[in-house]
Amino acid sequence: MAERKFRVWRSDAENKDAGSFVDYTIDVDSGMVVLDAIHRIQAHQANDLAVRWNCKAGKCGSCSMEINGRPKLACMNRLNEYDPAETITVQPLKSFPIIKDLVTDVSWNFEQNQKIAPFKPKLPEADGQYRMKQADTDRVQEFRKCIECYLCQNVCHVLRDHQQKDNFVGPRFMIRLASLEMHPLDRADRIPQIRKEFGSGMCNITKCCTEVCPEHINITDNGIIPLKERVVDRYYDPVMWMWNKITGGDKQG
Amino acid sequence: MDVSELQTVEHDILVIGAGGAGLRAAIATAQQGKSTALVSKSLLGKAHTVMAEGGCAAALGNVDSRDSWEIHFRDTMRGGKFLNQWRMAELHAQQAPERVRELEEWGAVFDRTKDGLISQRNFGGHRYPRLAHVGDRTGLEMIRTLQDHGIHQGFDAYMECKILALLKDGDRIAGAVGLWRETGRFIVFKAAAVILATGGGGRAWRVTSNSWEYSGDGAAMAYQAGAELMDMEFTQFHPTGMIWPPSVRGILVTEGVRGDGGILLNNKNERFMFNYIPDRFASETADSEEEANRWLEGEEGARRPPELLTRDVVARSIRAEVEAGRGSPHGGAFLNIASRREPDFIRRKLPSMYHQFKELAEVDITKDPMEVGPTLHYFMGGIRVDSDSQQTLVPGLFACGECAAGMHGANRLGGNSLSDLLVFGKLAGDAAVEHVDKSSSKPATADAEIAAVVRNATDILNREDGKNPFLVHEDIQESMQQYVGIVRSKEDLETAIARMQELWDEVSRVKAHGSSQFNAGWHEALDLPCLLITAEAVARAGLLREESRGAHTRLDFEGEREEWGNYNIVVRKGADGMKVEKIERPPPPQKLAAIAQASLEELEKNG
Repeated sequence: MAERKFRVWRSDAENKDAGSFVDYTIDVDSGMVVLDAIHRIQAHQANDLAVRWNCKAGKCGSCSMEINGRPKLACMNRLNEYDPAETITVQPLKSFPIIKDLVTDVSWNFEQNQKIAPFKPKLPEADGQYRMKQADTDRVQEFRKCIECYLCQNVCHVLRDHQQKDNFVGPRFMIRLASLEMHPLDRADRIPQIRKEFGSGMCNITKCCTEVCPEHINITDNGIIPLKERVVDRYYDPVMWMWNKITGGDKQG
Repeated sequence: MDVSELQTVEHDILVIGAGGAGLRAAIATAQQGKSTALVSKSLLGKAHTVMAEGGCAAALGNVDSRDSWEIHFRDTMRGGKFLNQWRMAELHAQQAPERVRELEEWGAVFDRTKDGLISQRNFGGHRYPRLAHVGDRTGLEMIRTLQDHGIHQGFDAYMECKILALLKDGDRIAGAVGLWRETGRFIVFKAAAVILATGGGGRAWRVTSNSWEYSGDGAAMAYQAGAELMDMEFTQFHPTGMIWPPSVRGILVTEGVRGDGGILLNNKNERFMFNYIPDRFASETADSEEEANRWLEGEEGARRPPELLTRDVVARSIRAEVEAGRGSPHGGAFLNIASRREPDFIRRKLPSMYHQFKELAEVDITKDPMEVGPTLHYFMGGIRVDSDSQQTLVPGLFACGECAAGMHGANRLGGNSLSDLLVFGKLAGDAAVEHVDKSSSKPATADAEIAAVVRNATDILNREDGKNPFLVHEDIQESMQQYVGIVRSKEDLETAIARMQELWDEVSRVKAHGSSQFNAGWHEALDLPCLLITAEAVARAGLLREESRGAHTRLDFEGEREEWGNYNIVVRKGADGMKVEKIERPPPPQKLAAIAQASLEELEKNG
């Protein structure tokens, strides 16, 4: 058992912009993660401390926060990653409005998801089965590992620094779109929507999203760039451009 | 207070809980045009289903064509030690394949066989490779598929809203009172049908794989509303939870590790499970390491390794090894897959286990064994429902998924939970729609009842002083861990029940400090009565069942007693406290009894 110091952002739900860091010192055990420390603070010193969590095993993506300035899942961030004398600073995600303490309003993400046209499957084969090769599903399965922690949304410059939430859905939903577009059974066309409404052109490939993904999804290279290429092929390829002019539009399939 | 000032919404159907069962039920009701409210304590997509790892059991027959619903049914009954509701096990085995294929139509991407079909993996108690899966993140795939499909079906999602109590109009259900966690304001739901899909109550134990949400809300609210609980003594201890370091104790290690070849060893490096094969499974289990190895290599005649015996058996065996001084350094067993499979295979089939151990325990499972031990994982018991409609004793109140009883009997097979959610989620939704269609008038809610619920909740904030709710929760956990654990006795259970009377006193005096907005202490305090009701039901039912069967093990009554095979235990609210009684099981339909008792050869021949 050793003592450790924490600085935790505390705020008031009535007055959401007002808040301050509060210092806590607690006893810690070996193997503890930051979420354990927050729970200990909550149980013994600050019962009303607001924090989201569920699985405590890196599977649900609820406990996203910024720890010493880095966006992380608190349940997978061990205390022994920091120097024992260091004060660990914990604050909410910066790209979303604070509700209280470490909890932010992430409802914007749910609104984006709602806008995405749902999966539209091909007809099954004669025996009623769908057949897909594992090799063809591998790349979609990579995207489907996403646990919706929104750490990628939090670090995306377009959303965080440029406040372009009206023009770009962010990396999380670009890879959700990629998971639909590259799904071997899907036959909906989302390319026009990806270009206009979802703003594929806004991403400038700095790959910050990929760096913070706790599921190690190659968001930029495997998801966003291929979607950008599909948009370019459709709208900016001179042959396709001419074809669309002749056939009257960008509708496909 | 003036109830008319509270936010009030009206729906045909209120679904409480948005894990797999709640989502599937809400999809069913919304698709049939019913105005549906889906309420969840967390954000959508974060419910406990997301943590399910190994897979979803359904006799698709994609990997071994000898499989059939009959054999799945037989495995389920044998795994449940014949205390399951026959009809539920039948419906489940019959309908699971259709429910899994439907998920594929909604966009789920399961791992594939060489022929491009949904792949299936081996699991404990399942005769054939039967679990549709996606690596070791099957639950995530299922909940995301249901969520992304569901949001286009037209239900209204009420996220981060805790339901405090059910409302009734005379005998029938009329709605519920909820609390918005963010604002601390109350909301009244009026509905002619309510579907409970709230999961189990594992947070009453200290070592558990369950998240904070698992406080037995559904079972407790149904109990308060006059429904019955059943099979509460059967709480599943998953044999393989992490045990080191202390802060991760209880986190699940999927059975898929063993399904994919992992073996259990004691500190003498012995594969001890060969010493614990029950008679009932002896003819179907390998009796030598050599045969088990041949099974792993895929040899058709070879029998399954004993590591894949049912969870109750494996959990007790690990405990027995520890008691005998043959445990691992931190009081468990070694689970080794590094010696059985190539690193690439392990990383591909068990990616989240790989990361979990690497990041939380600094163990590389492709090189070294894991240390594991039993962790409270699942409630077989729950709300007693009609097998076909999932309706409780309260007209208009339905229950499905883990919070409902009957499907799994005395022990659940791994993989049968995800399929349970889908099958009974849909059936509960269908039956609720039918109920609403048949209701001639809308039920009325009573203001006095609503006001009492609100007052009880706000009292916790308003009282001058009181107990710290987090510490009271720890007291409940200590008591359950110590006295209502994996092995039980009359003395221990009586101690637990006596302790609960003191704990009730503590729960009634908890105090939440701070404001009503997103106040963790207040939310914790509001969960405590539900936790304690379910915990007490487990202890009292456990005391009454004087035998050892499935997940319920009594030191003072070893082994299954034949006469107890004829009874389920039911818990209900009496005028002066909790009433527990055994009820006789009706004789099974002949056809089902024949399937359950048939030899595998017969079933395979007919299948």
